[in-house]
Amino acid sequence: MNLRSGGGAGRLPAEFMTTGSSSFTEFLGAHSPELLPSRRPLPEGGTFEAPQGTTIVALTYDGGIVMAGDRRATMGNLIANRDLDKVFAADGYSAVGIAGTAGLAIEIVKLFQVELEHYEKIEGTLLSLEGKANRLATMIRANLPMAMQGLSVVPVFAGFDLVTMSGRIFSYDVSGGCYEEHDHHSVGSGSLFARGAMKKIWQPGMDSAAAVRVAVEALYDAADDDSATGGPDLSRRIWPTLAVVDVEGLRLLDDDTLAAIVEQIVADRRGNPGGAR
Amino acid sequence: MTMPFYVSPEQLMKDRADYARKGIARGRSVVVLGYDRGIAFVAENPSRALHKVSEIYDRIAFAAAGKYNEFENLRVAGVRYADLRGYSYDRSDVTARGLANAYAQTLGTVFTQESKPYEVEIVVAEVGENADQDQIYRLTYDGSVADEQGYIAMGGAGEQITAGLQQRWRPDMNLGDALGLAVDLLNQDPSGGPSRTLTGAQLEVAVLDRVRPRRTFRRLVGPLLDALLSSEDSTTDLPIEDDPIPGRHDTLTGGSTPADRPDQDPS
Repeated sequence: MNLRSGGGAGRLPAEFMTTGSSSFTEFLGAHSPELLPSRRPLPEGGTFEAPQGTTIVALTYDGGIVMAGDRRATMGNLIANRDLDKVFAADGYSAVGIAGTAGLAIEIVKLFQVELEHYEKIEGTLLSLEGKANRLATMIRANLPMAMQGLSVVPVFAGFDLVTMSGRIFSYDVSGGCYEEHDHHSVGSGSLFARGAMKKIWQPGMDSAAAVRVAVEALYDAADDDSATGGPDLSRRIWPTLAVVDVEGLRLLDDDTLAAIVEQIVADRRGNPGGAR
Repeated sequence: MTMPFYVSPEQLMKDRADYARKGIARGRSVVVLGYDRGIAFVAENPSRALHKVSEIYDRIAFAAAGKYNEFENLRVAGVRYADLRGYSYDRSDVTARGLANAYAQTLGTVFTQESKPYEVEIVVAEVGENADQDQIYRLTYDGSVADEQGYIAMGGAGEQITAGLQQRWRPDMNLGDALGLAVDLLNQDPSGGPSRTLTGAQLEVAVLDRVRPRRTFRRLVGPLLDALLSSEDSTTDLPIEDDPIPGRHDTLTGGSTPADRPDQDPS
């Protein structure tokens, strides 16, 4: 970090003392724009391969949302990483999952997390769920030049809305469009299959345990047909990342809980590869 | 043509210091003191919206006495400093010492170069793994920094309260006793008049709780604060669990419905 000196040696520069903005991204743009994920010019023309994150699913249930992601990142036909986390806590009441260029996506998530915490500390209040969804849209929009050179990031954002007291899901496109989704949504290479699975097994009025199961089933189906999505890895004991957000806040399920759920689903599919229906 | 009078640098600095001191002395007092499980902040402040004590980062908090707009400006700069450092390095690399240095340079430059010094006195405190690792820095209007052990009092009655803390503060006090001591000292009239009785509603109380994971700053309000301040009630420490009330995690009320949280809007 550089603290360029202002009037006196070592004094906090003027950007630190500017009043009126509670956005960390705006502050970063004024003070150290090189730290913003979207302000890095890429060389013209050349394309290269970077690790890609694959499938994320999000669904609502009666009282909140569940978001889950497989653990794989791929680079062409190779597996770049088999235990990458692609679902993150954005703050205490929301989760963000990412598909697309993994390095850039993780950097955007990191900035988004700081942005939300920064607002909370400066304003002394939480951003509304839509406010959070729109902040993320701005970041994805700023990434459009990178997306046009092949480094696209497509997130899905979901959280518990303390005004409507319900779980809500927001999807994005590479140009920064932000759309509210109902019931369930999926992004990434295996999303087609995950969405198909959820369409058949998601039901209104489910509880959180049923929603968790639907999420893991959908990821299983995505991994079944999409080579870039990682299936349950029983030998290495690598489970999907799974976040549940309800009125009490966000919690990431621990390995033991996930192991029991995944092992049950794998057992249920033995001799019945189509799974629950 | 009139010639400006020559003013010696000593006189100029003395005038500025007097000006800043007078401004700070007009303000209500703030007490910062260590207790067995962390660091407590007690300020006489009837406002629920304009804070004198705030969170800077995971284990760092800020307290101030003096002019609100000036210390608010410094608080925001501190949050930006901490978040920038945490973003570009790691959360564990944000330290109170670094922030205190940045504040000292800023206050010192303003004191010598601008037309008016900041009329503020601030504390930057960081809670450590144990009481020996706690750090409390006091910064004054001219940029001087002091590394204090255990406790600090600032504002109008700062000197009298410090004298009281010197006699009565012990490092292993529990939270109930520490808050009781701070409120007792704030109650006393510095000019020797009859003492007051400040209630929870007239106080802004917050802690850096050593045992909490990640963000350790919590504001104490409502029934929980009353129970901690009351000598009859047996509550002497914070619950380990946060409130079950939906909303911000940093406020502990001891209650279970949003009505117990009068200073919070529902979002």
